[in-house]
Amino acid sequence: MKPAHFDYARPRTLDEVLHLLASRPGDAKLIAGGQSLVPMMNFRFARPELLIDVNALTDLDYHRREGDALCIGALTRHVTLRDSALVRELCPLMAEAYRHVAHVAVRNRGTLCGNLCHADPASEMPAVMLATEATLVVQGLSGRRQVPAADFFQGVYATALEPDEMLVEVRIPVGQARLGHGFEEVSVRKGDYALTLVASLLGIRNGRIEMAAVALAGVADRAMRVPTLEAGLLGKMPSDALFAEVGAAASLALIPADVDHADAEYRRDLIRTLVPRALTRAAERAAFQPTA
Amino acid sequence: MSEQKYPIKVTVNGRKIEREVSARMLLSDFIRQELQLTGTHVGCEHGVCGACTVILDGRTTRSCLTFAIQVDGAEISTVESLGTVNNLHPLQSAFWEKHGLQCGFCTPGMLLTAKELLARNPDPTREEVAEAISGNLCRCTGYQTIIDSIMAAAETLRNAAEVQA
Repeated sequence: MKPAHFDYARPRTLDEVLHLLASRPGDAKLIAGGQSLVPMMNFRFARPELLIDVNALTDLDYHRREGDALCIGALTRHVTLRDSALVRELCPLMAEAYRHVAHVAVRNRGTLCGNLCHADPASEMPAVMLATEATLVVQGLSGRRQVPAADFFQGVYATALEPDEMLVEVRIPVGQARLGHGFEEVSVRKGDYALTLVASLLGIRNGRIEMAAVALAGVADRAMRVPTLEAGLLGKMPSDALFAEVGAAASLALIPADVDHADAEYRRDLIRTLVPRALTRAAERAAFQPTA
Repeated sequence: MSEQKYPIKVTVNGRKIEREVSARMLLSDFIRQELQLTGTHVGCEHGVCGACTVILDGRTTRSCLTFAIQVDGAEISTVESLGTVNNLHPLQSAFWEKHGLQCGFCTPGMLLTAKELLARNPDPTREEVAEAISGNLCRCTGYQTIIDSIMAAAETLRNAAEVQA
């Protein structure tokens, strides 16, 4: 069906955006790619009174290394990041995850930051943000604040953004490149949101796991790390048996969602299966890192 | 009660168009109803089927997920820009020869998606073609003849490029 009526603005500067957002607290939505928002508007699940089109803020279409971080601006399209040699080099987990994100036309318009603000519980990039311990830079009229990814995703379509704030940048720590990454996903069709996905990073020193980040999505109301799983890996030598054990423990500890194409039992099976696969790939890749 | 109208200037298939639109008019409806370019089809209106695919500023885009107001100042190409009955684009010829369509509803989206693929990757594998069209749904063909058509068009286009080079 067709969207409900709304007022429309296309500001030229971030300052204008923030003033517009503040002028209609709670009733305004930003639109960049619109690949998640417009379907909701077409269904009338979303009925903003004011749509603020930020596509003129082309200065925010950037991704670059700044010191020890990969910095990605709000208007950076998925396609740019997916095709980027810099992303492949600095955050190979993101490059791998992008193979599972949507389809060509969606990636041409959709933005990473828009996807993160939409906060679908089964989406790939929130899990990547958690595993990499990214920082999300949020701006309102009262100023900028840096939100750790762990605090950003708060529930289904719910984030730490205040109604008058815009996510302007994502900063991913670059130390990642020394870690091994593993990403596994099962979805109904390739490109769909996940039934279950696992995004993992492992650091191995002297044959033992010294760092582990394992983020899951599709299993709860938000992407999440599993601290008990990670603790079960630290200090141990990577092995099939270890990975199978932590995967099984995680599948019992979590209470997966019982909706949409997969009941809880199937999701537990997916966790039990995908966690070891992702950890195995991460361990292989960590082992290949140069020691410098 | 009437809605506020916003002026837009957009180039469609090389023609400069000026119109006034309400904010909530979808680009797909603008193309079909305002411009009478009915080659662009509306299948799902929530961004999953790809029948509404157009090329916006050089990239394939789901026109059902774009508001007409957003394309002020932009360049759009629809399937009508590919060729004519008497002068088919190699992609169109290939879809005809290799049975790449039955009802034709998905076809405009398939053609434009294929055009973008071949511009970027002139010698794709079947897997790469399948990946590229994965956002375009077809209920008739089972996709294999669509892939056949795109592979055939790719070869035609490569041969033409070699002749020119």
